[in-house]
Amino acid sequence: MAEFKHKHIIALRDLSKGDIELLISTAESMREINSRDIKKVPTLRGKTIINLFYEASTRTRTSFEIAGKRLSADTVNITTSSSSATKGETLADTALNLLAMKPDIIVMRHSVSGSHYFLANKVNCSILNAGDGAHEHPSQGLLDMLTMKDRFGRLDGLKVAIIGDITHSRVARSNIQGLTKLGSKVFLAGPPTMMPPGVEKLGDVTVCATMNEALQDADVVMMLRIQQERQGKTLMPNTREYSRYFGLNPNNIKLAKPNAMVMHPGPINRGVEMSSSMVDGNQSWILKQVENGVAVRMSMLYHVCGGELE
Amino acid sequence: MADDHTVLMDGEGIKRALTRIAHEVLERNKGVADIVLIGIRSGGAFIADGIARQISIIEGGAVPLGTVDITLYRDDCSGQLPHQAVGITEIPFSLEAKKVILVDDVLYTGRTIRAAMDALMDFGRPQSIQLAVLIDRGHRELPIRADFVGRNVPTSQKENVQVIFDGLNQPIEVVLEK
Repeated sequence: MAEFKHKHIIALRDLSKGDIELLISTAESMREINSRDIKKVPTLRGKTIINLFYEASTRTRTSFEIAGKRLSADTVNITTSSSSATKGETLADTALNLLAMKPDIIVMRHSVSGSHYFLANKVNCSILNAGDGAHEHPSQGLLDMLTMKDRFGRLDGLKVAIIGDITHSRVARSNIQGLTKLGSKVFLAGPPTMMPPGVEKLGDVTVCATMNEALQDADVVMMLRIQQERQGKTLMPNTREYSRYFGLNPNNIKLAKPNAMVMHPGPINRGVEMSSSMVDGNQSWILKQVENGVAVRMSMLYHVCGGELE
Repeated sequence: MADDHTVLMDGEGIKRALTRIAHEVLERNKGVADIVLIGIRSGGAFIADGIARQISIIEGGAVPLGTVDITLYRDDCSGQLPHQAVGITEIPFSLEAKKVILVDDVLYTGRTIRAAMDALMDFGRPQSIQLAVLIDRGHRELPIRADFVGRNVPTSQKENVQVIFDGLNQPIEVVLEK
């Protein structure tokens, strides 16, 4: 029987193929709970989960909160705009203070890449990464893979095009780590200013010169958000020009396989990375991604509670 | 056959037991009205399938059949043991006011049954829950008893009773391992 032995989930890079498959299959089973009249199981009764968000989030924070509550854990949300971080408290001090209240899991989003590893060394509870800087966003990667598996029944051999600002995208990194471990082929496209050097060394990853090249015969087209809060003004001339070269629209989607899946981690800049007709069209799986997010996060919370200290 | 491995029932014996259980279920409940069968994943689900088939042969109509996975309702989840994979619970009908026949392959401590009953309650308020098991091996740790039993087998706690299924999930024998 497959067992999950990690106490923390910080990056899909740290997980084996078997770990990822177990998290996804558990999420498939968890999904049934979300369709019941009584959407709750007693599994994590008595556990305390702190959602510590140093960056804005709607989907991920709500999704983690609902996931914890559906497993009967007590969830507490801390957003930094209303916390002591605004008074200058360091991450380490905040963590030690939270720890004094004996949480079992801290779910954190932080703008500094790798901050979760720093935190994991300081605390004795589980750490789940809800996004760290430009590093990883493992729950998003897992829910994207679950959504692709829903459609194709497998991940092995899929051609996945990821398009946009790869440099700043933790979503892209988690997807690349996870998808290549499970046998998918990843094709990246984006402005050269947004393409990190050496990204092809992460696995079965091809960097394409143009968006059309990446779209060619793709099973899945994943569009990334232009992160205007992270990049300076120098990476692209303006959003209109970006949209012309790297926006998804009803014309260039025809290069992909017929009825290819269109995905986006949200929030969407409509008319920039994709046209509204693509967001709302019948190839869009965007809301299914959000729906799967709850089940994936339930799976992650469930498995780290049984993990051993690494 | 080695000394540490005794066959308690063969495929024919199991089939006769399931046929008898099917008759008993129908007798006690005066037919199939409001009856649903729920098997506990995974062994119990296969046994429930066998009982459901016998009932439909006797009565000439199918009974609703569901599967419950009890992993999320276990009472040993809070320890630091690695958590098991979770199977899918499939109860595609309401249990409200139904007579639920809960089915497992081997009844032992009763903890699995407790967990399964808690799970069923989350799907509505059944009129009753009755328990059917292929083997009752004793050593209860909770106040639970079966309504329908294929065979009572006195065992020691050091022994292990297993129902063996073939590739098509048909029960082929029950073995006692010492």
